[in-house]
Amino acid sequence: MAGKTLYDKVWDAHVVRQEADGTCLLYIDRHLVHEVTSPQAFEGLKLANRQPWRINSMVAVPDHNVPTIGLEHGITDPVSRLQVETLDENCRDFGITEFRLGDIRQGIVHVIGPEQGATLPGMTVVCGDSHTSTHGAFGALAHGIGTSEVEHVMATQCLIQKKMKNMLVSVDGKVGSGVTAKDIVLAIIGEIGTAGGTGYAIEFGGQAIRDLSMEGRMTLCNMAIEGGARAGMVAVDDTTIEYVKGRPYAPKAADWDKAVAAWNHLHSDEDAVFDRVVRLDAASIKPQVTWGTSPEMVIPVDGNTPDPEQESDSVKANGIRAALKYMGLQANTPISSVQIDKVFIGSCTNSRIEDLRAAADIAKGRKVASNVKLAMVVPGSGLVKQQAEQEGLDKIFIEAGFEWRAPGCSMCLAMNADRLEPGERCASTSNRNFEGRQGQGGRTHLVSPAMAAAAAVTGHFVDVRAL
Amino acid sequence: MEKFVVHTGLVVPLDRSNVDTDAIIPKQYLKSIKRTGFGPTLFDDWRYNEPGEPGMDHSQRSVNAGFVLNFPRYAGASVLLARENFGCGSSREHAVWALTDYGIRTVIAPSFADIFFNNSFKNGLLPLALPVEVVEQLFRETQAQEGYQLTVDLPNQQVVTPAGDAFAFSIDEFRKYCLLNGLDDIGLTLQHADDIRAYEVQRKQQAPWLF
Ligand code: SF4
Repeated sequence: MAGKTLYDKVWDAHVVRQEADGTCLLYIDRHLVHEVTSPQAFEGLKLANRQPWRINSMVAVPDHNVPTIGLEHGITDPVSRLQVETLDENCRDFGITEFRLGDIRQGIVHVIGPEQGATLPGMTVVCGDSHTSTHGAFGALAHGIGTSEVEHVMATQCLIQKKMKNMLVSVDGKVGSGVTAKDIVLAIIGEIGTAGGTGYAIEFGGQAIRDLSMEGRMTLCNMAIEGGARAGMVAVDDTTIEYVKGRPYAPKAADWDKAVAAWNHLHSDEDAVFDRVVRLDAASIKPQVTWGTSPEMVIPVDGNTPDPEQESDSVKANGIRAALKYMGLQANTPISSVQIDKVFIGSCTNSRIEDLRAAADIAKGRKVASNVKLAMVVPGSGLVKQQAEQEGLDKIFIEAGFEWRAPGCSMCLAMNADRLEPGERCASTSNRNFEGRQGQGGRTHLVSPAMAAAAAVTGHFVDVRAL
Repeated sequence: MEKFVVHTGLVVPLDRSNVDTDAIIPKQYLKSIKRTGFGPTLFDDWRYNEPGEPGMDHSQRSVNAGFVLNFPRYAGASVLLARENFGCGSSREHAVWALTDYGIRTVIAPSFADIFFNNSFKNGLLPLALPVEVVEQLFRETQAQEGYQLTVDLPNQQVVTPAGDAFAFSIDEFRKYCLLNGLDDIGLTLQHADDIRAYEVQRKQQAPWLF
């Protein structure tokens, strides 16, 4: 019998029961909750007179709606405020742990889970948010769910699921300097397409992935969903265990040793069989910039926008035409000649301490270019913000002309006041460049934190390795 | 949940691939704490000429006459025909709520994003994946023939065109059963509460740090 993949192992350990057609009840260890996708689920529970199955599996935090400026006035938008207050009230009613606004632990749900050790290797982790794939960096099986499923997990601690297929994305060899996890994952999505991972759990492997820090692995798994895969995973190794050790929710004393012994099995067996294998050569990956309205519309920083006339498939050619039009770009334009209006460094993809350090490295001693109207840095959590301030990163950013904000999702999806105006062009470290994502009519180019900082100080996209 | 058995309805063709959930329902409407009322803001950025905000009277807004949902011939459509990777992007179930609130009962496309696909079944919306050539044929026929309707027959698992062409589709038994009966799956799962408890007891021994 063939060995098991990492996904197989975590899956098998969580099957409560299986029906003849393969439908399973899958047990959920950790349920992360935020204000946008939970109110209707709590309402459903209350209407049906149901109690949450296991309250201590849940950790809640407001993030999507929170302002990143003027917090002393609270949330001024009444609709946003009601949503956050509804979360506070639901957590109070059911006794759920919540990191409220003003708590140093508050931040983006996918930043705070790992930071608190609430995400552990081998867990099943769900959240009503597609970027839950982030937590797969810990060798956990983590994916986004809809609100009905949020309610289902609250009420039963289980999900009704069928097993996905296994895909291995192996990034072999070492990346060059200046090339980050963000560039790797954008290159992968460019290769497999936004639907390439649909129906699969992706395991990321290979030397270049092993070399990444936990922050880098989170960036990578965060964007698995942009390649169509609900879940992305990385095998557990010393880097993982080092990161988890000592965090508030991590196991302690004798439990710790027992846990580490179990976690050391969380990798695919040598003879495991994947349904699909994709290989990339790490050395060939350059810093990436998206040019269009889908994360697969991505090119290396020395590349040009595509020409629809060169595309033989008419549906694809139309897609390129529509994206160029929305983005206000001509075909065959060098991306490095494109000027930007705003810069956003933040989001659950790239708002951890390492991301801020990389951006600060570039910003140091430089100034935001005069054509850039706003360059903002939004740390992923209160603790990241504190750490960055201890290291003096805030001063570097402020001196260079960046705004230093309070934690939250912010301009990743512009549910709060941080947004693009129609036609504005943004270098963003977030994960989605969809039409209107950062504000109606706004134009988003996805890049790494270092590339975003480089764009801020030059006013256009530029190869960070040449700075 | 509303049952889905046999449905016949007017088809509206949305000729774009990778239609994402941000496009189906823009983020400003996610601030609602309700499940209803999302229909008027379905495809908001494409449907109206000016940006919309929650709390507006959407019936008073200027509509984009060039967007297919606004063509008079497609008024009252309940079958949405779409291209590859429909529903990609965020997990927001609001996308499904917006479609059903608008009156859409089924979406037909060559492929769907996983989370959207899953969310649909929880709300009585049937996402139907048909082969690319079939979807292409349906696009041609819909565009050519005003008033074009399709019948989706769930018990017999087929889509039937006005000319009588029938295309078979596959669906999970469990999902079919829930749709046909309009069942809430929490109730079904709780019938297995003993299994869940037994799992917890055994798991707690192996991995106490998870509890
Ligand atoms: S930062 Fe962006 S992608 Fe991440 S959870 Fe918030 S809105 Fe979603």
